[in-house]
Amino acid sequence: MSKPSFLMRLLPASGLKILNRGLAAWTVIVFIFLYLPILILVVFSFNGGKNSKAWDGLSLKWYEALFSNTPIMESLKNSLVIAVATTIASVIVGTTGAWLLHRYKYKFSKTLQTLICVPMIMPEIVMGISLLILFTVVRMELGFTTVTIAHITFCFPFVLVAVQARLHGLDPALEEAALDLGAKPLQAFWLVIVPCLKPAILSGALMAFTLSLDELIVTFFTRGPGSQTLPIVVYGKARVGLDLTLNALSTVFVITTVVFVFFSEYLRKISTRK
Amino acid sequence: MQAVTLPDNNTGHAKRPRLFGWLLITPMVLWLVLFVVAPLLILLVYSFCQRDDMGRIVYTFTLDNYQRAFDPIYLRILWRSVLYAAITTVLCIAIGYPVAWFIARQSETIRNRLIMLVMIPFWTSFLIRTYAWITILNQNGLLNGLLESARIIPQPLEILYTPSAVILGLVYAYLPFMILPIYGSAEKVDESLVDAAHDLGAGPMRAFSDVIIPLTWPGISAGILLVFVPAIGMFAVTDLMGGGRDMLIGNVIQNQFGKARNWPFGAALGVIFTVLFVAAYAFVQYRASKRNQHQ
Repeated sequence: MSKPSFLMRLLPASGLKILNRGLAAWTVIVFIFLYLPILILVVFSFNGGKNSKAWDGLSLKWYEALFSNTPIMESLKNSLVIAVATTIASVIVGTTGAWLLHRYKYKFSKTLQTLICVPMIMPEIVMGISLLILFTVVRMELGFTTVTIAHITFCFPFVLVAVQARLHGLDPALEEAALDLGAKPLQAFWLVIVPCLKPAILSGALMAFTLSLDELIVTFFTRGPGSQTLPIVVYGKARVGLDLTLNALSTVFVITTVVFVFFSEYLRKISTRK
Repeated sequence: MQAVTLPDNNTGHAKRPRLFGWLLITPMVLWLVLFVVAPLLILLVYSFCQRDDMGRIVYTFTLDNYQRAFDPIYLRILWRSVLYAAITTVLCIAIGYPVAWFIARQSETIRNRLIMLVMIPFWTSFLIRTYAWITILNQNGLLNGLLESARIIPQPLEILYTPSAVILGLVYAYLPFMILPIYGSAEKVDESLVDAAHDLGAGPMRAFSDVIIPLTWPGISAGILLVFVPAIGMFAVTDLMGGGRDMLIGNVIQNQFGKARNWPFGAALGVIFTVLFVAAYAFVQYRASKRNQHQ
């Protein structure tokens, strides 16, 4: 405070400029760090050689190898079936749950809200082993059902929270008007509320689908011999080392992710518009 | 982000439920009780049980599993896991904080575009992103190829399967999980507060430590929870990048349910991990609520 004011105006200004340039440069470096490995992964999926040591001409042979690889294709099918089932169940449970918690004041609303957050933040390995023990105790055979149950458990809270955020921004008069005009609560929900929630439900569904498709740890413990999912097979292969078939597969997934992110961003824009 | 601040129940117009409301909520409550609460309770019970020679569970009470967990061998593994996770978290904050802050200071259009660039790796499976490093660091990977063709090294180096590779893999996997929550709170920081600090004579360092850090603390703590806790239990990245040489607590737990077939011991380790997790979580929540009271 005792510093001369002209110095103060001078120094921090140029200092801030340097700081800002530094921050910009750092951000660029970090983005390179985040994207370069993925870029290299994608580029070498088109390599004619057998590893990523050197470039050996453009080739699609790793994609051919990918699509003719039975274990991978089989596990992709399993993963998709599980992800679709998980998404449908999560949307139903998550949406009705969010609406009920919004509309009614239960005695245990607060506890329930906390409980819903538990599967979202719980360490995956703890969830995996505890579900494995549960399924063993009740003598449930490990397989599609157990994996899907596990996936629904950690996916539906994400739908619920997404829908809840949207419900908070919704005018309560909407539902009251529907009820005043003679709609039954269920009708009001289905005909008035759900259409308003569509973008939020869709983005929640996308989230559930992606989470289920990518999940490794919980699946690792709850799978059975016939229900290998794609991440499990990829994990098994990556442990052995380099395999350019995995590069091809990863490329397909990276592209899908990019499309998904753009699409969900678009949905988010719609759903925040009031 | 949601993990730390629960959406407060906007129950201004909410009614007391009648039969209809109770009936509809029951399936969800049952689901949570059956597949979240019950498994955790059974895990706790298992951790006090014994196993027979075949690896089957015997329901007799014992504290052996916990005693074994505090054996120096496992304490060292636990310590190493916490250390790796702590290094990862610190690196993620150091690398991610400036990025989050920079993005938050941009105009809305640029901000949204840049944050999309963070979302893509965030949503890309960590397995794929870890594998990307295998493509580079493997003995037959790009880096060795480049170094060899430049005649810097006579034969392939083993870069993968070292502790540094494990840390690299963890930082790479978790960095977006740190940037996003910090960005979330940095975006809300009122620029005029920083200006005010400057006007009152605070240098950049002082403004940073006394104004910016406290204002973005909710984001930092959410990031710590999203990175530190999962990183302790992560066995896949450490397995892929470390080749399973340095056992971490996640690998030990996985092993008990796999080859070692000692479920009660694995359960005990799981319980200890859960307790650590809850303690960390409660601590952060407590700090957050204290901070709220101050404001």
